[in-house]
Amino acid sequence: MLRIRGGRVYDPANGINGEVRDICIGEDGCITATLPSEAPVLDVQGCVVFPGGVDVHTHIGGAALNFARGMIPEQHRRAVPIYRTAQRRAGLAGTTPTTFATGYVYAGMGWTTANEAAVPILSARHTHEELADTPILDKTACVLMANNEILLDLLEQGEDERAQQVLAWYLSAAKAYGVKAVNPGGVAGWKWGKDCKGLHEPVPGYRQVTPARIVAALARFCDQLQLPHPLHLHCNNLGAPGNVHTTLETMRVLDGYRVHFAHLQYHAYGGDDWTTMSSAAAQIAEYFNTHPGFTADAGAVLFGTTVTVTADGPWQHLLYQLTGRKWGNLDVENETGCGVVPYTYREKSIPNAVQWAVGLELLLLINDPWRIALTTDHPNGAAFWRYPEIIHLLMNADYRKEQWLKLPEKARARLVLPELTREYTLYEIAIITAAGPARMLGLPHKGHLGPGADADIVIYNHSDAIEQMFAHPRYVLKKGVLVVDDGELRASPEGRQYAVAPPYDPAIVDYLRPLFQQYYTISFENYPVAAEHVPHLEIVEPVTGPAAATTTGSGR
Amino acid sequence: MSVSSSSADLPATASARPAPEAPPSATGPAPDADSPRLILTLQQTPTVPLEAEVITPDRLAGLDPAGIAALPVFHGKRRCRLDDFFRIDLSGEPHRLSRGGLQVEVHGDLSRVKWLGRGMSQGRLLIYGPVGMHLGAYMSGGRIEVFGRAGDWAGAEMTGGLIHIHGDAGGQLGAAYRGSNTGMRGGTILVDGAAGMEIGMRMHRGTIVVRGPVRDFAGLQMTGGTIILLGGAELRTGAWMVRGTIIALTPLQLLPTFGYSCLYRPTFISLYARFLHPFGITLPNGPRDGFYHRWLGDKAVPGKGEILIWEPQPG
Repeated sequence: MLRIRGGRVYDPANGINGEVRDICIGEDGCITATLPSEAPVLDVQGCVVFPGGVDVHTHIGGAALNFARGMIPEQHRRAVPIYRTAQRRAGLAGTTPTTFATGYVYAGMGWTTANEAAVPILSARHTHEELADTPILDKTACVLMANNEILLDLLEQGEDERAQQVLAWYLSAAKAYGVKAVNPGGVAGWKWGKDCKGLHEPVPGYRQVTPARIVAALARFCDQLQLPHPLHLHCNNLGAPGNVHTTLETMRVLDGYRVHFAHLQYHAYGGDDWTTMSSAAAQIAEYFNTHPGFTADAGAVLFGTTVTVTADGPWQHLLYQLTGRKWGNLDVENETGCGVVPYTYREKSIPNAVQWAVGLELLLLINDPWRIALTTDHPNGAAFWRYPEIIHLLMNADYRKEQWLKLPEKARARLVLPELTREYTLYEIAIITAAGPARMLGLPHKGHLGPGADADIVIYNHSDAIEQMFAHPRYVLKKGVLVVDDGELRASPEGRQYAVAPPYDPAIVDYLRPLFQQYYTISFENYPVAAEHVPHLEIVEPVTGPAAATTTGSGR
Repeated sequence: MSVSSSSADLPATASARPAPEAPPSATGPAPDADSPRLILTLQQTPTVPLEAEVITPDRLAGLDPAGIAALPVFHGKRRCRLDDFFRIDLSGEPHRLSRGGLQVEVHGDLSRVKWLGRGMSQGRLLIYGPVGMHLGAYMSGGRIEVFGRAGDWAGAEMTGGLIHIHGDAGGQLGAAYRGSNTGMRGGTILVDGAAGMEIGMRMHRGTIVVRGPVRDFAGLQMTGGTIILLGGAELRTGAWMVRGTIIALTPLQLLPTFGYSCLYRPTFISLYARFLHPFGITLPNGPRDGFYHRWLGDKAVPGKGEILIWEPQPG
């Protein structure tokens, strides 16, 4: 039991905007309406109280991220070491923090829930083992489906009903929370050394299946299965100049479905090539604003050195050719692909300057903060612990101007950022960091401070030094337990793993088993992750009622 | 050609050899005669490597003897004090241990002492005896002299300053650490003895001069800078080089991916000759000193680096 007294509370899901009020935490680690007056008190007068942050799109565990960790010793050497104490294990922060460090660093910044956004089904067991070793955070994971050969074969044959059954079985087998699509069809084409650029051109190796067909089918399956989180989509043509047309066409194809567009920044470029690349954030935002079924996360970029990790194999090969640096190509034997390329975003580079601006432009131009979440597509755009820098850029237009004035003049002419004067309020920051992403994920007990919610609370010392304020919370509580006190880790409780278990026809197992024996190198029995292998597993029920209305749309 | 010093070359002989005066550009102002000196003498040879990155003029300047004695060193995984291993003698007045003028001398068999002079930016570090790995790694200025041999990775990823090793050096001289894009970006490394594998690996600027023979992969993947080999090299010199210059005064066995350009006398050689003259190094550059064969490569990359091989004047 704990009463948090006297803080200014920002709880957008309950419409509370900076009111001074008490927050009561019950014995069960959930927020309650009242507490007996003798309950212990944490006095936070003058502080700002937020719901714990929720990251809707990040890469914090699994085979690909681990491969990236192994590939960048030169970045680890510069990383901040975390030394062992009674409360914590040793680790490294930096661009790809180690498992335990990931939990500590996220919590140290006030984030308490994260969605690992790209898990190949074959690597699900590995991913769950890493996530189990990522303390404090509650986690969800999305499995990669858009280049799965068994699914694509079924779509080719027009067997959509069976494809949906297979998808439901996959979700249960991987103990996953949602469906991720990465460069639909393009990664399947990558296995032939190709890619899918056009949304309506057949995927290499298929006659009927096109990227448009794949995304529409997957979005429909997610809606029909009433998954709490809609299709989590990484569109085709990521990172390419002029890809705005592909993105808009994808949005048109998906009109009427619930869809989450991941790292939208990477999909909002105009121009024809690298020399003419420009911002198309305005076009994307205009379309997006009028389609309330869509949500997105920013995937913002900050200047500096990082490592890019994505299932988008063909794109990563191109990036490798552009940089001439290291390249890891993996998972092509898997139900997906993957590339790892270390990368440095440079202020002086025009394409990088455009990328930096587009992330901010989308956050500023999309007028409903409930539908755009703050992310950097960690570690692709920047490491997640740099979120406070983005918050600073969003909340202070003068500071933002100072920064864009540093960009090359040629780049500035291709942006809309100089025209934008919007400044985020604390209320809106609470939406894009916590309330919004929790709603996008369909986690009703996250991202707010109403009775029944998990007592994941972050308390900041109010300050005009915005970056400092958000980087160093005064207190962080997870499920009612004080985990961070003035920068010191006090406790490191294990987090929960949320998954869905949509119903499927048991006969689908008999369909999959022979395919497995024919094509896979592991036995069918070893493929699913058993529930007892996932510590603190919690099954989330399907959303009921008209799904689109309950999980998206502004306000309550 | 000088014979490499061995571990037998300890202070008595080494200090008898006058340290050559470097040109001002390479060293900055030399300390005046009565500038303060700090002498560290290794009392016992460590059983496992001792990591002593605190031994730099930057870190030691301004400290009193008690502060110096308490500096941390790592013996294996154990954190120890500097005076657990070293006797500390100060000459001159401690309060004059100011930045810039400090000269640190280290004596003893330091072959298991690593990271001496790591990241130093000023002052002098004189080492009398063999020294372990990572000497002067990441250094940006000042001057290190070793009267003995040095281990691998000396001057790795350095950006400025001068390292003069009077004995043999190990491998990976001025190299990039594993995974890094770029090795040394500036400064000078001089080796009077031989050197090991992968010297100047991924170097981008700066100069490495080795009097004795070097082993395989000299200048591996270099993207700039100059390597001068007075005593020849083993295999695959300049493999994957993109830019930069390797000058050899003896015939080399080149990779087939280097193409022949011409026989000429590059004018810039005389600049290097003048720069290296104070160190007792002579580069043939006069009108009767012969010519250089120029080879271009590594075309497997493809790169535009050059290897210059001296052809003495006949007769």
